[in-house]
Amino acid sequence: MNAPLDPASTVTRAEVEDLLYHEADLLDNWKLDDWLKLLTDTAEYYVPPNDKPEGDHRFTLFTVADDIVRLRERIIRLNDPNCHAEYPPSRTRRLITNVRITGSEGDLILVSANFAIFRHRRNEAAPRQFIGRYRYKLKQTGAGLRIQERRAILDAEELGAMGAVSFLL
Amino acid sequence: MRNSSRKRGQANGNGRLIVEDRENLTFSVHRKVFVSPEVLESENRSIFDKCWIYVGHASEVKNPGDFRTRHVAGRPMIFCRDRQGTVRALFNVCRHRGALVCREREGNTRQFYCIYHGWSYNIDGSIKGIPGDEAYPPGFDKQGKGLVPAPRLEHYKDFYFLNLDKDAVDLHTYLAGAKDYIDLVVDQSPSGKMEIISGVQEYDIKANWKLLVENSVDDYHLVTTHSTWLNYMRNSGVNITPAKGHMLPTKGFGKDLGNGHLTTDNPNYRGRPVARWISVFGEDAKTDIDAIRKELVERLGEARAARVADTNRNLCIFPNLVINDGSSVTVRHFTPVAPDLMHVTAWALGPVEETEAQRARRLHAFLTFYGPGGFATPDDVAALELAQQGYAAWREVPWTDLSRGMGNSQEQLATDEGHLRVFWRKWSSLVEEGAAA
Repeated sequence: MNAPLDPASTVTRAEVEDLLYHEADLLDNWKLDDWLKLLTDTAEYYVPPNDKPEGDHRFTLFTVADDIVRLRERIIRLNDPNCHAEYPPSRTRRLITNVRITGSEGDLILVSANFAIFRHRRNEAAPRQFIGRYRYKLKQTGAGLRIQERRAILDAEELGAMGAVSFLL
Repeated sequence: MRNSSRKRGQANGNGRLIVEDRENLTFSVHRKVFVSPEVLESENRSIFDKCWIYVGHASEVKNPGDFRTRHVAGRPMIFCRDRQGTVRALFNVCRHRGALVCREREGNTRQFYCIYHGWSYNIDGSIKGIPGDEAYPPGFDKQGKGLVPAPRLEHYKDFYFLNLDKDAVDLHTYLAGAKDYIDLVVDQSPSGKMEIISGVQEYDIKANWKLLVENSVDDYHLVTTHSTWLNYMRNSGVNITPAKGHMLPTKGFGKDLGNGHLTTDNPNYRGRPVARWISVFGEDAKTDIDAIRKELVERLGEARAARVADTNRNLCIFPNLVINDGSSVTVRHFTPVAPDLMHVTAWALGPVEETEAQRARRLHAFLTFYGPGGFATPDDVAALELAQQGYAAWREVPWTDLSRGMGNSQEQLATDEGHLRVFWRKWSSLVEEGAAA
């Protein structure tokens, strides 16, 4: 028997970058239903609290800790004009850099990247800036590379002037 | 003190900001209170320097040497437990030249140390060392150079408050009827011990701090501001049909707890980790929640257990502490930074005995509604910021109306504004009449 193939060796960084850039484009353009299609049907999305960036959502109060059920509900909410925090929808721009394949975990490919997201709102002179790093768990599926887990870890000591995290980081 | 006349203030008359007319049943708040730096200065002197202000919970400083740094009433404070086990609140300010002596958010230490000239302090605040102290003249009171403690620090069931006024009434007297509602929260724990769960939410709202007092207890806004959250509940199988003749699924009340404290008191429909199952928790959780319920009934009796498990209460302790015992328990306080900016700090609270699964369920339930990434709080933030933007026209559109429910002689619904008026009367007595807190 051959040793099982390391899943991290089945993709190139360019392929991972393509996925992340495509995802950023969908999110910046509020194509949220299309974005959901990038996820596995057990995907999870986390934003840890600023004071416990390495925390575990089972014991630590997160800013966001969504399983796929709540994540789908979050998209329903974000698509609704009664999602007042995001109506009219924020104009966002995501800059994603320092993309690296960092290893594997079972059949999952571990990826890290940096992000800078600028969120512009009507009646606000300056954009609110969300700076941090992503940690992804990606999965090779018959339909291509999919997101099993995404974790957006903010660098700031507190949310502070970022205010609410009402859109997807 | 409560204004004894039938009319508090007088619209367009004597310049009063809070105008209550008990004959014509109107209650108006002048929007100057949300925009004026002079009003904020007056609030800082008359409210934040005089009232009991929340500092932290005993569970945050469990062990000797544990400390947390935080701002309370705008002051940099160290909240800590000394070697003898005494909980303290010390000004985080070096006695020499005034620099902060503790820079970390939290930790466990034997001393606080000023990086400027090296003065050091024991965790009880007493002076530990002054480098080169032989240069000070005779009579220099080294022992008197410890960190300055908060003038008063007292607790009720592990909730610690400080008072900058050494002559203030004691905390228990100050809390008045709010104590009963803290008891309802604490009774969730078999041992009467609750704890702050790790992970803090700290965020700014570009709005006046008093708007969050109102918003925290105002059930009138729920249907409009939080329709997407209601959709989420409905999609998850929770019955959110309004009760006959009411705006919300259950008939809830707004209550005056005395001394400016107030609460909502609502029959639950939205689920509670202790102890009312809803479909959002999943079928697997049913047995466990039944067991939590059983323990409550055995310990407290049927009636008290129902009181604890079947009601949601958003409690506001004057001026700036809110304990929401709803889908989960959140403890949050907020501090004005400017007339149009507040800083909010929020935690989750839970019984110390919770199992891993119960704790995870509590945290999951918290995030369905509360917090800057929840399904509801961001829309509250949006509503408050829109209100603040509207106040740019405070001179032309000066009055906020808070008269809902004024025709009801006794009972005030949670969708009325009777409990909001409780806050404003207290505010008026302190800021406009100079009453003692």
